[in-house]
Amino acid sequence: MKAAVIVFPGSNCDRDMQVALRNSLGAEPLMVWHGDTELPQVDLIAVPGGFSYGDYLRCGAMASHSPIMREVVRRTEQGVLVLGVCNGFQILTEAGLLPGVLMRNAGLNFVCRDVHLRVERTDTPFTGHYSQGQVIRVPVAHHDGNYFADDATLDELEGEGRIAFRYCTPAGEITAAANPNGSQRNIAGIYNRRRTVLGMMPHPERLADPLLGGIDGKPMFDALVEALAA
Amino acid sequence: MTLASDKNRAHAAPETTPPITPEVIAEHGLSPAEYDKVLEILGREPNITELGIFSVMWSEHCSYKSSKKWLKTLPTTAPWVICGPGENAGIVDIGDGQAAIFKMESHNHPSFIEPYQGAATGVGGILRDVFTMGARPVANLNALRFGRPEHPKTRHLVSGVVEGIGGYGNCVGVPTVGGEVNFDESYDGNILVNAMTVGVADTDRIFYSAAAGVGNPVVYVGSKTGRDGIHGATMASAEFSDDSEEKRPTVQVGDPFTEKLLIEACLELMATDAIVAIQDMGAAGLTSSSFEMASKGGVGIEMDLDAVPQRETGMTPYEMLLSESQERMLMVLQPGKEDVARAVFEKWELDFAIVGHITDTGRMVLKHGGRVVGDLPIDPLALASPEYDRPWTPTEKPARLSAGEVPAPNDPMEVLKQLVSCPDGASKRWVWEQYDHMVMGDTVGRPGGDAAVVRVHGTDKGLAMASDCTPRYVKADPVEGGRQVVAETWRNICAVGGRPLAITDNMNFGNPERPHIMGQFVGVIQGMGEACTVLEYPVVSGNVSLYNETNGRAILPTPTIGGVGLIPDIGRMATIAFKAAGEAIVVLGEADPEDGGWLGQSLFLREVHGRSDGAPPPVDLAAERRNGDFVRDQIQAGRVTTCHDVSDGGLLVALAEMAMAGGIGATVEVAGPHLHAALFGEDQGRYVVALAESGAEALLAAAAAAGVPARRIGTTGGADLVLNGGPSVAVAELAAAHEAWMPAYMGG
Repeated sequence: MKAAVIVFPGSNCDRDMQVALRNSLGAEPLMVWHGDTELPQVDLIAVPGGFSYGDYLRCGAMASHSPIMREVVRRTEQGVLVLGVCNGFQILTEAGLLPGVLMRNAGLNFVCRDVHLRVERTDTPFTGHYSQGQVIRVPVAHHDGNYFADDATLDELEGEGRIAFRYCTPAGEITAAANPNGSQRNIAGIYNRRRTVLGMMPHPERLADPLLGGIDGKPMFDALVEALAA
Repeated sequence: MTLASDKNRAHAAPETTPPITPEVIAEHGLSPAEYDKVLEILGREPNITELGIFSVMWSEHCSYKSSKKWLKTLPTTAPWVICGPGENAGIVDIGDGQAAIFKMESHNHPSFIEPYQGAATGVGGILRDVFTMGARPVANLNALRFGRPEHPKTRHLVSGVVEGIGGYGNCVGVPTVGGEVNFDESYDGNILVNAMTVGVADTDRIFYSAAAGVGNPVVYVGSKTGRDGIHGATMASAEFSDDSEEKRPTVQVGDPFTEKLLIEACLELMATDAIVAIQDMGAAGLTSSSFEMASKGGVGIEMDLDAVPQRETGMTPYEMLLSESQERMLMVLQPGKEDVARAVFEKWELDFAIVGHITDTGRMVLKHGGRVVGDLPIDPLALASPEYDRPWTPTEKPARLSAGEVPAPNDPMEVLKQLVSCPDGASKRWVWEQYDHMVMGDTVGRPGGDAAVVRVHGTDKGLAMASDCTPRYVKADPVEGGRQVVAETWRNICAVGGRPLAITDNMNFGNPERPHIMGQFVGVIQGMGEACTVLEYPVVSGNVSLYNETNGRAILPTPTIGGVGLIPDIGRMATIAFKAAGEAIVVLGEADPEDGGWLGQSLFLREVHGRSDGAPPPVDLAAERRNGDFVRDQIQAGRVTTCHDVSDGGLLVALAEMAMAGGIGATVEVAGPHLHAALFGEDQGRYVVALAESGAEALLAAAAAAGVPARRIGTTGGADLVLNGGPSVAVAELAAAHEAWMPAYMGG
């Protein structure tokens, strides 16, 4: 399996993603500059967190027009897996690979803390190492993570089983208090129709090392490695 | 021809308007005596551009003219110190060919005038001080001091400062891992924003600011120069009055996105051998950076101001030289490396301009529009800046306050609840959850502990970092308070298992022209120096912020100390949280033998009795050293994984913080001639540790062998904190009170 991490001006979780992938993969992911127009043959493309283009204009809006994104879109059509985390999720929505938008947090403040997520399905290449309904703990760190889409889109996402994670209590209940940013229906991450593209605001790469306080993010990377090795 | 006439007038004032009147001189913050020195150095009148340069270079902020006589007395060396004060930041060796580079700097005045941008650019400036030396910044800390919560401006200032720090640090992608937030009436009109950055570099890739190599190109990189922040350094060297908000245009505007690009571009270029010297443009911008680089290298610079990238048209030389536009650096390159460097900065979409070259004249020659607009000797300006021995009067030593003079409370648990929920004692989660404290994936010890711990990337080592100051102690007794501020960061680093290496000091004081303020400064330096010596914990960098007064009212003397230590194996460190029920709780260190606790200047005294009398708790530096060395050894040996130092609020508050962090209660027995003194006294040099019952006896024996007073006081477990079999409080209730204050205040 080969993985690539896209680096935009202002990306700042690119190295964190690189480390998490390296640890599960046992090999170095490629670091690909946003200005490149060609992407080597890879099985997984990670779009990392950060403040691409300083979040100017709108989070992810400018990065979604970077030269490399045309190639990312093309690979997506071919079924290559794409993982967008935080700013990466914002970029994927701006690029039209995922529906909806990420608005300013309901509380208006930047929020950095561990949250609990309920794993909504496990039959995807991203979540095969979790169990159905499992509650995992991973951090969020964002100012604009308030997922919004119109009701028809939300119903469609629900109906097609495209909600990947929801914010929940440690016991797995979906409550308003467990929602750090006001996201509709407590949505923390969603898939595209083929479930080959996952965008999520929480950072699985930040809790994939016991010394950092938890490893609930690691099964995602392990699952990807296994799914793609097969 | 202008050229010919310029040549003839090589050392004469080239630009003579507007006239240099006494008013203009005073507006530039130069005293008549200082202006006489200007005339003596130049042998003529300066023009307005030159006067502006003298003004910023000789400002208190840039020249340390009131403080350097005393700063020079601080210990600055140790075998592990690679570079002490005088460069952009201090450097200590952390083994394996690596160094930690760090500094703390104030951005007080701008943050009061415009809290978001003031605080944001404070973070940006201190980051540049660190990465300009070749280090990748790995952690930010911030010590913030605001006025009393009831003051009509406080909430707005807290909100703006916190958002500004987060807005900048989060975007740049350097975790903000620690700091302090305190409130006191004395900061009502003059808040303190002290920002610290710690970076890591390879010891063979450290960059300094001394320019060298006649003919070498002088290169400007980063953002364009605009009209913002002109005279920021001069503003930062004056007292405030009610019209200070009119100074808002002197506050700079930060762009963290550009800073992030600048970090990456500089580090990329630093991996090559293109750079001779590099310096960030901080206070006093292009002036200060170019003069410092030339002075350190003993060379001259000829600069063409037309080549400076400009954001606005029609900027005058005066404006360009004094602008404090952010995210800019000045470099001297090896000859022939211009193209390599240009390619890197163009890749990162940053400005790159060759603005001058090194000369052997020892003079700064500034050209604009084909004319010489300034021609100044470098060393007399940079090195011969004024140095004052300001008159000072020592602070009178306050009398000891005996515990018998302080009424005991009826219910110690009610007091405990009050202390953990008062503005200074309450949780600051509301603040640090707005900071990305985990980016870079190495934050091992998150905010809320004694010291933040960040793993050195790709190794098993950790850097332990803390910032501390207890201004009420310093005000009561500057010498004792000076010892205490140093000792407290040292203790906080020991408490996580780190070996304290060195400090950076951020000295915030009032007007030094008033003898009792100068006396506070002198006293603090004496106390700090003693502590640094005994603890082998030298000062490697720092910053002085004077004139922190509004309408003649000074802030509490606030020497904020940022400490950095090394944890050799992050698998063996301690945190404050109780880990399990049934563990033995042991107190290391000794309380006052007479009263069983020192209540003078305590949080208890202030919060419960509204008093601020008595002497602060004395610091026995030898005991401090012995106790800290012992607790660190225990942690590094893996025998102790739960540890917390005893500070504000005393022993009972320390126990409560450990219980709240772990969600586990405790049953403790505390006795003494005055129970309230034993519970709430702030005696120094003490730690609370918890460890498995099976290891307790051995720990007590080891402590006895090391001469460290140690006492078993109880056992962890249950949902309550229970004292002497009687008074108790639920940990959840404490935690709710502890967490509630700040969000309620900010939401109010």
